[in-house]
Amino acid sequence: MRNFAQLEAALEPELAPIEPVQAATFLLHVGEEALENWLMAKDRKPTDQLREGFRILALHRQGAKGDPSFNACRETARELVYHYNLVRLEPDHTETASRLHMMQLLARHLVFFIGGKLQEAGLGEFCCAAKPVRLNSN
Amino acid sequence: MPSRKEKYKTVAYYPGCALEGTAQPYNTSTKAIAKELNLALNEIDNWNCCGAMEVKNIDPEIQTYLSSRVLSLAKHETKQDVVMAPCNGCYHNLKKAEYDLEHKQKSRDVVQKISKKAEHPAYEVGEVETIHALDWIKFGYGEEELKAKIKGGLKGLKVANYYGCMYTRPRHIFPEKDQGGDSESTSKPHYMDDLLEIAGAVNVDFAMKTACCGGAHTLSDSDMSTKLVLNILQAAEAAGAEVIATECPTCHSGLEMHQIRALKRLSKQTNVKVIYFTQLLGMAMGLGTREVGLHENVSDSVNFMYDKGIV
Repeated sequence: MRNFAQLEAALEPELAPIEPVQAATFLLHVGEEALENWLMAKDRKPTDQLREGFRILALHRQGAKGDPSFNACRETARELVYHYNLVRLEPDHTETASRLHMMQLLARHLVFFIGGKLQEAGLGEFCCAAKPVRLNSN
Repeated sequence: MPSRKEKYKTVAYYPGCALEGTAQPYNTSTKAIAKELNLALNEIDNWNCCGAMEVKNIDPEIQTYLSSRVLSLAKHETKQDVVMAPCNGCYHNLKKAEYDLEHKQKSRDVVQKISKKAEHPAYEVGEVETIHALDWIKFGYGEEELKAKIKGGLKGLKVANYYGCMYTRPRHIFPEKDQGGDSESTSKPHYMDDLLEIAGAVNVDFAMKTACCGGAHTLSDSDMSTKLVLNILQAAEAAGAEVIATECPTCHSGLEMHQIRALKRLSKQTNVKVIYFTQLLGMAMGLGTREVGLHENVSDSVNFMYDKGIV
């Protein structure tokens, strides 16, 4: 399992030379790995089950259990799945390149959000910036 | 039972602290729209902080009390049954207070105790209805009527509607949402899309409508906020948007400031403009840039709106 810096680096290169479905699968897996990192950090074994046909959605649900603020990345995971479906169903579509680009941005958002939330538990919970600042200043 | 149109015609107005500071243009444009649409905003006298930031972390019950005081003032001093809060943070916290008071005895006890000490009536669940500026315009004025008020319109301006996290989450404090029909969706909100489409915008398919803007990290980890915001800006541009429409002061200022920071720190430039939806609506109705406070935005879009022929 790659750490967040490695996941962020993996999202940097251009995806153009890769076959579309392969690229979409790769990006979906990056999202899954980000969620696995979250679960492992919480001493939970990442599930291998599927939800609505996707492991990433099962992993998100597992990650949000007992931590409602983690739902701040739920729609990001769902949008990743939505775009994956578009690419998989219509790999030759004229918009495939832009759909893959959007998947790249969505996967990156998951990596940033989850990586950030492991640093500051309050991310995704309204206005929690004051907490770490206050603690640091004490 | 009065219709929403009747109920929202005159509301208690709760601008909150952001609209008196960094989000002054949101305040200006909201008031300008109210005047244009002949909707009455009765600002609550002596309103207080909703408990947005620090208080919630120190003692959530005090935050509930602070929000409940605003609701109590709306009912007993402003004499209104509806309070309208354009700020997502305020809107969220008033909704949360309503939920907590309905479901938690401890919250009721604390509110009773402090209200008594502060010598004002304790807020009782259901005394007022909290709505967002989006509800207020969509139902208080009406979509068909709004069509008739659009003068120049937004002329096909490509807009990504960004709602942020507080408008729809957590779902349980918004029982009126996800009810089908004309109710708002928590997973795919669309009220802002609906209003701006009427105003002549073309809404792009935006995958990050409710994605985290990193607002909570702005002070403690600015680089992470910049990365999250940059990603949102890039996603909006990738979707073909010329403008990101906002309805949350926290998101708005975050997008504006981290757009600049992304250029300085990461050498990543994005050109998408960041404009409050009330400013866009106002200009579509024929109001000038100064009337909607566009010149006060950090993200300079005055010339852009002239170039587009919208003003």
